[in-house]
Amino acid sequence: METGCGFIYGGVMRTDIALSFPLKRACVHEVCGNGALGFSAICAALAREQMLWIRERWRSDVVNPVGLAAYLDPALILLAQVVSQAEALAVAEEALRDGAVPLVVIELTRPLNLTAGRRLQLAAQAGKTTGLCILPEGMGSHAATTRWRCSSVFDSQDADSTLMHWELIKNKSGTLCDWYVRWTPTKPNPADRLAVVSPPRQ
Amino acid sequence: MRRRAVAGPFAITIKEKNADRIYCLNAEAEQAGLCRGMPFSDARAFCCELESRVANTYADHHMLLMLRRWALRYCPWVGLEGHDGLTLDVTGSAHLFGGEALLLADLRGRLARAGFSVCVGLGDTRGAAWALARHGEGVAPPNQPLEALSQLPVAALRIETKTDVALQRLGLRTIGALVNAARPPLARRFGKDLLMRLDQALGVQPEEITPLAEPPQYAVRMTLPEPIGFYADVMAGTERLLAQLCAKLAAHDVGARVLCLSLRRVDGAPQDIELRLARPLQDAARILPLFQRGIGAVDAGFGIDQLRLSARSIEKIPAQQLSHMASSGRKDQLDDLLTRLGARIGLENIQRFLPADSHIPERGFILAAAAFSEPSQAWTRTQPRPLCLFSPEAIVGHGPNPPKRFRWRRMLLTTGRAVGPERIMPEWWLEDENWRSGLRDYWCVDTCEGRRLWLFYTPQNPAWFVQGEFA
Repeated sequence: METGCGFIYGGVMRTDIALSFPLKRACVHEVCGNGALGFSAICAALAREQMLWIRERWRSDVVNPVGLAAYLDPALILLAQVVSQAEALAVAEEALRDGAVPLVVIELTRPLNLTAGRRLQLAAQAGKTTGLCILPEGMGSHAATTRWRCSSVFDSQDADSTLMHWELIKNKSGTLCDWYVRWTPTKPNPADRLAVVSPPRQ
Repeated sequence: MRRRAVAGPFAITIKEKNADRIYCLNAEAEQAGLCRGMPFSDARAFCCELESRVANTYADHHMLLMLRRWALRYCPWVGLEGHDGLTLDVTGSAHLFGGEALLLADLRGRLARAGFSVCVGLGDTRGAAWALARHGEGVAPPNQPLEALSQLPVAALRIETKTDVALQRLGLRTIGALVNAARPPLARRFGKDLLMRLDQALGVQPEEITPLAEPPQYAVRMTLPEPIGFYADVMAGTERLLAQLCAKLAAHDVGARVLCLSLRRVDGAPQDIELRLARPLQDAARILPLFQRGIGAVDAGFGIDQLRLSARSIEKIPAQQLSHMASSGRKDQLDDLLTRLGARIGLENIQRFLPADSHIPERGFILAAAAFSEPSQAWTRTQPRPLCLFSPEAIVGHGPNPPKRFRWRRMLLTTGRAVGPERIMPEWWLEDENWRSGLRDYWCVDTCEGRRLWLFYTPQNPAWFVQGEFA
């Protein structure tokens, strides 16, 4: 059952995803799990604005713009290649504070401490921009506004869309919850592409 | 050349008219009977110990321009003469050096010290000076140019080789003989050009030299009576310099791409702040905040007493239509951000994706520095492509169909759905180590554990690999 507002299944009242997603502006969020890249791509696709993607230069895997083209126009992405995590954080802070790019995605590989997390948060507040840190699980900081764990789910019925399980595992201004969402890139209206669905039958 | 001095005949060669010819040669080579324009193979036959190098005409021209700039010390009007000469109009400036003779001596002395061998001619007219410089140096006495010129060959008149040869055949070998010959037959036979050159050399017909325009110099400087050290003071000084520099840039319709602020400390230690801009700019109000970080990091020591701001690299800014619709504010802000980030991590490390025309997945895009490229909208996507690409990781699998169960990154995965194959051929015109194993059959594999992977099979060299992951 698909719906835009609060819905019930299995006798449990679910919180509306619209309370937490799209991500709140002027905040820094965190995402972990194997679907983190897809989550960031969907955030960028919904924002449809210039974004800065910060990643460390030594990484052997690359973000594939041809794949990203299914989500948003790759011309909107600026990629900052940095040497270390410290540099990544410095660049992120400057970009968040400036406000010229509404969305800053930071790929991090080492734990984020409270000071660094809080600095990012303050910078995002000053620049009214959204920050999104992609982190390995358990390395986030307490300063994050929300933290998501995203994992892809096998869907035996529908091959055209992407089924994902999004868990909100930290939320400073609301309750925790989890949703199954489906991303259908073929739908003409961008607003319809993301839909909350009921969990797949086991 | 100076580092590897050559003793003996030496020549510079250039490829002209389909043959290597002598472009320039030294005195020893001339004594051996060689001349300019001679085919190099002939020259080697004449003189077997001849050493040679290939000419670098670009560097030659650059050198000549530098010499031209140096020659401005003698007079304000200096022009280029051919590819190897300079013309100086020293009218009215020779007395500054104590007369023409002393000026010539000074010029020769300085050039000789720098290692140039020069031929200098001085005359009332440009033609006379040219003739004397090219054909047996000398000074023509004032108002009597014929005295010095009459014995020179007619080739000294800047005429074509064809005319020269014809004159030789007529027996008119020197300028003196040409002056004494009747003019109307000469004009009929050779056209007006010969007589014009003759008149120019003798001063009957005037001729100007065309001095090169001085290229604008985008540098300003401020020297202070008392050293300064506060951040605000240095910023204020920079602001004044920027206002001057930007006015100059705007007057020439150019923008600065790289700026350098040199702060000279009292103890002589220079402090350079280089600012590389993401877009060429000529707006002082926008550039000034970009200097904040650099100036903040300067160690002022006992104070700074000179500020010098120069635009190291400039680019043309074409005039743009102003419009009330234009939303350039956002773009300007983004450019400024790129400049600041570029100062931190290097401007070439901020990149953007540009589409590339290749069906090889890892070559389907290129990364270009954002500051030096324009975004492109031409992204085409026909087949699903993964969000993340990595170098192929081998998995165990047999046969052309994806394995039912496989182990990847220490995870045991079960294939739930496989879509494919999509065959991609290697691009044979490019050498690529990774594509040595031949063509690839790509499969989109949804595993029951959730991960959606991009697998490929190489039928010519049977093996299975994982190369990417979908969202």
